[in-house]
Amino acid sequence: MIKSLDPRIDRAQLTHDAIEPLKKMDQFQTFEVFHQTKRGQQHVHVGIVHAPNADMALLYAKEQYARRGETANIWVVASEHVSATEYFDQDIFETTPEKFHRDPATYKVMDRIKAYKNRVKA
Amino acid sequence: MDFFNDKHVEAAKDLLYKMADDQLIIGHRNSEWTGLGPILEEDIAFSSMAQDKLGQSEHLYNLLHELGEADADTVAFTRNEKQFHCCHLVELPIGEYDFSLIRHFLFDMAEAIRFEMLVDSSYENLARLARKFKGEIKYHTMHANTWVQQLANGNEESKTRMQSALNMAWPLALGIFEPGQHETVLAEANIFAGEAALQEKWTAEITALITKAGLTIPNDATPVYGGRTGTHTPHLQPLLDEMTEVYSIDPSADW
Repeated sequence: MIKSLDPRIDRAQLTHDAIEPLKKMDQFQTFEVFHQTKRGQQHVHVGIVHAPNADMALLYAKEQYARRGETANIWVVASEHVSATEYFDQDIFETTPEKFHRDPATYKVMDRIKAYKNRVKA
Repeated sequence: MDFFNDKHVEAAKDLLYKMADDQLIIGHRNSEWTGLGPILEEDIAFSSMAQDKLGQSEHLYNLLHELGEADADTVAFTRNEKQFHCCHLVELPIGEYDFSLIRHFLFDMAEAIRFEMLVDSSYENLARLARKFKGEIKYHTMHANTWVQQLANGNEESKTRMQSALNMAWPLALGIFEPGQHETVLAEANIFAGEAALQEKWTAEITALITKAGLTIPNDATPVYGGRTGTHTPHLQPLLDEMTEVYSIDPSADW
């Protein structure tokens, strides 16, 4: 009999041979969880839960990812329904960081925005 | 509570004690699954709901304190079993997960309806709590019902386990509605419509859910009464001893 400082373990009267290790990958499928803080905002991916189906995944998503702060809504999507690019093809993104012209931080437009605001105010 | 006369105060206390004690004891029982739940996600969800129950019981003990009883910690941690008003359903050990789930299903549905009935109570502080707890309890019943539907329609083993857990828990669940001494006073003062009214609504709702799950309600069950008047199973006192262990060593302990 397994002896423990935890009275709950003693009450369960477990023996070592009663413990069967889980078979490899013997677990529920995963669902991707998306969390929305306020209605109208976009849902943001926050992680996964294991569940046998979408209804139960929603139950678990609430307790894993909406435990704190505000929540308006949660989505779950079975991970197997997500299509993804291959890491093998990661080179398609390789030169993107060099394309500074796509980065709005490099636009010099503040003077024009200020001029516009002053025009509107006047 | 100036609209209460002494009769109303006694009746309200009796109602609050049984509600709070049910929640404290089932909350403690369900928290015994923490760290031992079937999967991580369920462990966290079940523990959170157990915590909700303890939180709700504290609010109810605070109302009792307003009515002249000792403070919440003293009431929760220093009474012996004879002074507890919980029903036998909540006292039983957690057993296997099938029993804990069915108990959660039967109890939480009754609790949800009870608070729904209290939303319009003339006892305004209690009505306010009923409105505050609405969302929390809705999640508890969603969780319970989703699991029951899932396992009752799982495989032969899960269905058989749900049915035998239901057979065992059903007469105990009927004990939730043990009539009290103050039913008429509570109803006449519009504090609470009473255990019989609650049981009628619960029976309708729980029957629909059990039928939908393809399970069968046991025939001719005799309700297990006694808890509301301080007669308990041999399981309650050991639970209280364990729950109050820290408090009895050091009542000022804080963590």
